Amino acid sequence: MTRANNHIVIIGGGHNGLVCAAYLAKAGKQVTVLEAAEQVGGLAVTQEFAPGFNVSAGAHLLFMLDKNIRKELRLDSAGLSFSQQDMSTTALAEDGNHLLIAGDSLQGADISNNDQVAMKEYQRFMKRFAGIFNRLNNRTPPRIGSKNRHDLLSLAKTALQVRLLGKNDMREFLRIAGINIYDVLQENFESPLLKGALSLDGVLGTNLGPRSNNSMFCALHRFSGMQGMSVPRGGMGSVSKALANVATNKGVTIRTSATVSRILMEGDRVSGVELQDGEKIPAVTVVSSADPKTTFLGLLGARHMEAGFTRKISNIRMRGNTAKLHLALDGLPEFNGLEQTQLGDRLLIAPDMEYVERAFNHAKYGERSSKPVAEITIPSLHDDSLAAPGKHVLSAIVQYAPYQLKAGWPAEKATFTDQIIDLLAKYAPGIHSQIIHKELLTPVDIEREFRISGGHWHHGELAIDQFLMLRPVPHCAQYASPVNGLFLCGAGSHPGGGVMGSAGRNAANAILASQRL
Amino acid sequence: MKAIDYSNKTHYRTKAFHSPFYSRQEPMNQLKEWGRWSDYLSPHAYSCASMEYFACRNACSVFDLTPMTKYHISGKDALAYLNRLVTRDVSKIKPGRVGYCVWCTDEGRVIDDGTIFHLSENEYRMCSQERHLDWLLTNTIGFDVSLTEETHEVAALALQGPTSCATLKQMGLEGVENLKPFGIRYFSFENTQLMVSRTGFTGDLGYELWIDPDHAEVLWDRLFEAGHLHGIQAMGDEALAMLRVEAGFIQAGHDFMPAHQTVRVSHTRSPYELGLGWLVDFKKPNFNGRKALLAEKEHGHRYNLVKLDIEGNKSACDSYVFTKNKKLVGTVTSATWSPSAKASIALATLEAPFGRPGEELLVEIYYQKELKWSRVMARAVVVSGVFFDPPRRRQTPAADY
Repeated sequence: MTRANNHIVIIGGGHNGLVCAAYLAKAGKQVTVLEAAEQVGGLAVTQEFAPGFNVSAGAHLLFMLDKNIRKELRLDSAGLSFSQQDMSTTALAEDGNHLLIAGDSLQGADISNNDQVAMKEYQRFMKRFAGIFNRLNNRTPPRIGSKNRHDLLSLAKTALQVRLLGKNDMREFLRIAGINIYDVLQENFESPLLKGALSLDGVLGTNLGPRSNNSMFCALHRFSGMQGMSVPRGGMGSVSKALANVATNKGVTIRTSATVSRILMEGDRVSGVELQDGEKIPAVTVVSSADPKTTFLGLLGARHMEAGFTRKISNIRMRGNTAKLHLALDGLPEFNGLEQTQLGDRLLIAPDMEYVERAFNHAKYGERSSKPVAEITIPSLHDDSLAAPGKHVLSAIVQYAPYQLKAGWPAEKATFTDQIIDLLAKYAPGIHSQIIHKELLTPVDIEREFRISGGHWHHGELAIDQFLMLRPVPHCAQYASPVNGLFLCGAGSHPGGGVMGSAGRNAANAILASQRL
Repeated sequence: MKAIDYSNKTHYRTKAFHSPFYSRQEPMNQLKEWGRWSDYLSPHAYSCASMEYFACRNACSVFDLTPMTKYHISGKDALAYLNRLVTRDVSKIKPGRVGYCVWCTDEGRVIDDGTIFHLSENEYRMCSQERHLDWLLTNTIGFDVSLTEETHEVAALALQGPTSCATLKQMGLEGVENLKPFGIRYFSFENTQLMVSRTGFTGDLGYELWIDPDHAEVLWDRLFEAGHLHGIQAMGDEALAMLRVEAGFIQAGHDFMPAHQTVRVSHTRSPYELGLGWLVDFKKPNFNGRKALLAEKEHGHRYNLVKLDIEGNKSACDSYVFTKNKKLVGTVTSATWSPSAKASIALATLEAPFGRPGEELLVEIYYQKELKWSRVMARAVVVSGVFFDPPRRRQTPAADY
């Protein structure tokens, strides 16, 4: 057997690529991971954005990492530790009367007794319904119309799980799973601040407003992996570093600054990849953790695919609407009415659902929000590796910032950055004078820097029509693509985005199963 | 005269377009009956379909092809684009040549058949009966090609029959007799360019003439002037229907349903099921339907499209086909009395494995005499060759008759 005969190349060293590599190597495969950036991690990465200031440049909270992966790959002994765990959420109010959300308990903001009770019920059914997704997350989606026993069993199990919710919960699940989160929250709660904060669960990282259909589905997806919010010590990059350590120990070759320019074909099957510098790396199996559009339209090329499939790929909805703000601060910012201990919480600017919906309205017409929503963390509070003593970093996910901005991002980026900082200053009045450096990553920047088509965090909208056996598209949703030897393992595949690693693990299983045939 | 005037943007109000030849067709159309072909008025017959048929087999006839859907494909990736689109190897169709093709969905189901004209390097015209703009545009994703529909920008006539070459020579197209079947040549004609291809839908010696619509009328006039002593006649689609069945040509909507117009997958057909397996080339790289067709080639197909020679003189239109043991195995999709073969002939779709050459079958024909219906179980034989295939069809240089 020649080297190419059992060699597996993985395109992209994001967390899913690394997870997939580790599992394949664990099963005895010879694996090379090719990462275009200087360091592995993809969107789970820690970067120095100003001298002495480090921040999680993409995702900034860890809450969906697959427990199986953490255990099976022994990530804790490979260097994964946390500076914060089980974080609470504080919904910021302009008048300083903030709302603290810790699990199902609520404090402050003159919250009513009704809301206290409703929150417990909301958390109960969200966890119960999300449990259905949770069980699906860890396996290859079944194929519709297949007569394969495994597929039929998987479909039957899912149906059974829904049925086992019982009459009332099943009816409620079927009623709300496809609708918008605005209606569901409106039915359950009174406090505008609470509803605003909870509505972000349905819209963060998406192209949706609270009143868009599918927003409830997104919230359920988020809950499905939820294990409490945490921040890894050293930023999100440490998750990737731990994964890279495990992979390397299992014999995976990881090459950084190795940009794949195309996937090579020999007849009807892949034969390897070619790097930007012309180097050709032979492989019998190529696994891409890049998003489906980049993989198929960019690296493979339409001529190797059939037209109907090409159209499906090019129609995947994946235009980012989320920006990331990083501030280097000369001291801890002071928020009106917020204790210093609460600064380590997940802080939200979403005063009510109408505010969030209005912020989204702009995006529909290719404009950025004039009053954006934000999810803020100050990770340096509990982690001194991110900034020098006394200095701090603030990391915020900001919406809405449409990828296809009518006026173009070069013209608007500086204004938008200032606008977000002005918004922060309403809650933390002294913040202007503390800023040493600021960085805003728009979807266009995210597309360029992280090589994600459209700059969409989740490699494609999370929606019922782009989920399970429909993610990224039918005939490609079981990690194997229509092209022999080419597999997907990224967030564009089931179960989608969020730092979960499940796509990588499921893909590894699918690849190993296909090679056993 | 252009078929459509876009200038005042009211063209969409037009219910049926007049062909650029309409001013000449209209006075000749003694029956005053017009059919519809892709939103154009198209005569079923001018005076008598049988006479028009005989003109084509014994002299020559003119059929207005303008309504046929035409696409212009050009650009750096034009060849790669077409090679991914159709099942045969387009690189074998050299500049100045025409190729018959079939194209499929991802699932290997036939969307349509048609002809590809290789006009020049990286420049092609594709002709088909049905409209395919959406599918052809879908196919452009990832290819550096430009695709435009030119149905209304190109006027076209088919001149078919034994005296067609003599007529064209008479009209002044010097050397046209040397044009080989499926070849293309250009002639200067009335201060414009006339494209002539030796192609057709009749299975006879014949040509297709392509010109800009402003010169349509003068082309018609000059053609009839030149063909006057060669028995030229205008022909409608009824005569063409007889001619094409004799030649064994299938037609979308008659012998198969275009895959994009079917609701039920089982009503679509693969190239193998239409007898077009010879157009599928697995030696070339990826094309739409390749995987599915490879599997079908290995596991077998469900239907056979066959030619039937049926006893008697009753047309077998829409008939059921049975085995000799009266087992229902298929239906007739096109049928006609063939004046040239002096036989009742048909194209039929049979469930595989039925339809082997020489197989004897029964065709259930219903016919009416003075409102009285009768039924006959006519014996039929599956034939392998086409019903009418004269040597003059291929002979080069083409002879005068």
